[in-house]
Amino acid sequence: MSDFLINWLAMVPVFAAPFALAALGLLVTERSGVLCLAAEGYMLIGAIAAVGASLTFGGYPLLPLAAGAVAAAVVSLLFALLVLVFRVEQVIAGLALVFFCLGLSSLIGSTFGWTSRTVSGNPQWPIPGLSEIPVLGRLLFSQDLIVYLLVPLTALVAYLLNGTMTGLRLKAVGDSPDAADAAGVSILGTRLAAILAGAALMGLAGAYLSVVVAKIWVDGMTGGRGWIAIALVIFSGWRPWRALGAALLFGSIEALVPRVAASGFAIPQYFLFMLPYLATLGVMVWTAWRGGGGGAPRALGRPFLREDRH
Amino acid sequence: MDLQTPMTEALTLTGIDKAFAGFPALRAASFGVRRREVHALLGENGAGKTTLMNVAAGLYRPDRGELRVFGEPVVLDGPRAARKRLIGMVHQHFKLVPTFTATENIMLALEVQNFAAGRLEIRRRVGQLAEDLGFPVPLDRPVGTLSIAEQQRVEILKALAAGSEILILDEPTAVLTDEEGARLLANIRRLAERGTAVVLVTHKLRDVIAHADRVTVMRGGATVTTADPRALSLDLLTALVVGEVVATPTARQTTPGAELLVARGLSVSAADGPPLLDDVGFTLRAGEILGIAGVGGNGQTELVDVVSGVRRADRGSLRLAGEDLAAAPVATRRARGFAVVPADRKTQAMAGDLSVSDNYAVGGVLRTAFGGAALDHGAMRRAAGEAVAAFDVQGVHRLGQKASLLSGGNAQKLVLAREFSADPKVVVVHSPSRGLDMRAMAAVHARLREARDRGAAVLLVSEDLDEILALSDRVAVMSRGRITAEFPAPVDRQAVGRAMVDHG
Repeated sequence: MSDFLINWLAMVPVFAAPFALAALGLLVTERSGVLCLAAEGYMLIGAIAAVGASLTFGGYPLLPLAAGAVAAAVVSLLFALLVLVFRVEQVIAGLALVFFCLGLSSLIGSTFGWTSRTVSGNPQWPIPGLSEIPVLGRLLFSQDLIVYLLVPLTALVAYLLNGTMTGLRLKAVGDSPDAADAAGVSILGTRLAAILAGAALMGLAGAYLSVVVAKIWVDGMTGGRGWIAIALVIFSGWRPWRALGAALLFGSIEALVPRVAASGFAIPQYFLFMLPYLATLGVMVWTAWRGGGGGAPRALGRPFLREDRH
Repeated sequence: MDLQTPMTEALTLTGIDKAFAGFPALRAASFGVRRREVHALLGENGAGKTTLMNVAAGLYRPDRGELRVFGEPVVLDGPRAARKRLIGMVHQHFKLVPTFTATENIMLALEVQNFAAGRLEIRRRVGQLAEDLGFPVPLDRPVGTLSIAEQQRVEILKALAAGSEILILDEPTAVLTDEEGARLLANIRRLAERGTAVVLVTHKLRDVIAHADRVTVMRGGATVTTADPRALSLDLLTALVVGEVVATPTARQTTPGAELLVARGLSVSAADGPPLLDDVGFTLRAGEILGIAGVGGNGQTELVDVVSGVRRADRGSLRLAGEDLAAAPVATRRARGFAVVPADRKTQAMAGDLSVSDNYAVGGVLRTAFGGAALDHGAMRRAAGEAVAAFDVQGVHRLGQKASLLSGGNAQKLVLAREFSADPKVVVVHSPSRGLDMRAMAAVHARLREARDRGAAVLLVSEDLDEILALSDRVAVMSRGRITAEFPAPVDRQAVGRAMVDHG
């Protein structure tokens, strides 16, 4: 039983990392008042770009991840064009982008022959010394680079939001664009930056999934994790540390699936695969019941138009 | 103050023209304010006061005319440029982020560079400023949780912290209670004594006479005159503002008819806490106006919601000619002849993004006045056009223009036109003239009297005692969710006033 527990917990960070990265990215974008349903799409683009970079330039760990982040940011320019310049309904623009990215990623995969080819994975980076500690060393200090970065990254986002003028402007734009505008903050500039930065993090989440976790690209491989991340952000009330906590919770549920399957419990495997989504539903119901959506940026989803009569 | 002494004006606007989509809002308007004075800019709604001050604050660029700040000609290409010239404006609708504290809001506006150091510095400076001015403001609570008066102080502190020496206040007392308003005006006086040039935009004559050193009157986009308010009588000032004499209402002639709307034991309670409505009952006859007076927040909103059907009462009955409508949905009530004019015109009574025509015609659509499945848009437009003319709704250039472009008074006239279009039996109105100028208020009141004289039963809920006394045939006073006193006509103002503040 303790083997089961350790094997399970040791896998939690790897499963939690994509959720955490995507949720932080979403949070950055949405705190600016831009509703971002495109998470799944950015993750797919990040995933295919990372695999492509890895197959083309070799398995150097950082380059594929960076490629995934940059590719998603580039695609997000299209989303920014739609919602900031043309003021398209943000729900529609987000959904359209998901389907566009779904198609684009499989087109790229088949055109360049990147589909179903294994990539040399990102090596684990055990921390010398610390990783020798029994149990704890295995759980916390025998992980990969991205997992180590999760806590500092969350701290950085939290600091940015709550301890800098950049964060103050971002929150003002998301909560009360009129007031921010009167204070001389550029609404469109801030939102563009938030969309780009958020998309980069979501792309990184996808890249991590393909080159670190799965070590392969298959069509639609994100499997709805982008949607789960959206639920996590609502659940977390758009707060970074809570988002990390929620990601760990969902990571531990996902990590349970292969463990339970391997342990030979007589549970239908499709029921296991369903678990994360079931948990998402449960969390959403709980959030709604608790008086839901608390902490949402007040201007979320509303295009900005200066209310004057020029 | 000696008006003859030549002094450099802190801010001078000369011959300002400004048109919106071809419609002139300002015509050669001129205005100046000096240091150490409170200069009132007086006029009706839509006279161009706010537009002129928005030019001074850099929000609008004038089509023609000159701006000088401390004698130097300037071109302001935005609020930031105005701030650099030490011009600060407190708008009627506050520009505050409700989730931020006062400190954070001021940091945002002042474009502080370093968050941590800036916060300490701003907190100290603003705290000091607030103390000097006798302006208590909680600096570390979200602004959204503060009272309107406190939020207004935050706005003023924001302008002063930015170093503003010319402070423009747009209708600052409109959102305040009488007591808060008096306190604000005293504080403004202190600011002026410290050297600030203060512009007080207002439509309240009494504020001008009591608190301004000079007054400039605007009418129809032009500045009519500038004078010492103490040299003018109230009547003369009124005539300058309105351009003609507003007729005082005549006493009513008719006598009320049969009992029409009878409420008994209406109660509403919040999830926890005291009841919002507690066993409220009243009897309203045809051809009668019952005024519900009271200090705001004593259950008036809930009463209006319950009678109009927006909110269901927990207990109690509401009988219209014998039929209990307490549980009936809004549509049923409307079909039975209810008309409702809610307090919040902008969100409850109108759809600002829809056209004037649609906002009018929606009242008749459910009655299939404009066809069944397929709407007759031509008929809607014609009906709206007639109503706009009949109710004297100004500022309608096209029937297809957005309703949100109407000024407050004209929006209210449009709402009344719609609500009265079906000849209602019961009229429920809440604060019908809040924020309206005298002329619009007179028009609204005349419409309510007309409805009454046609035989409608009118329930008038208002926190404005003058309005209650001017219109009501009977007055009831609400306090803590109950009707605590009732007065038949003629109503004694003192007695009603005592009942309003007596929570016994």
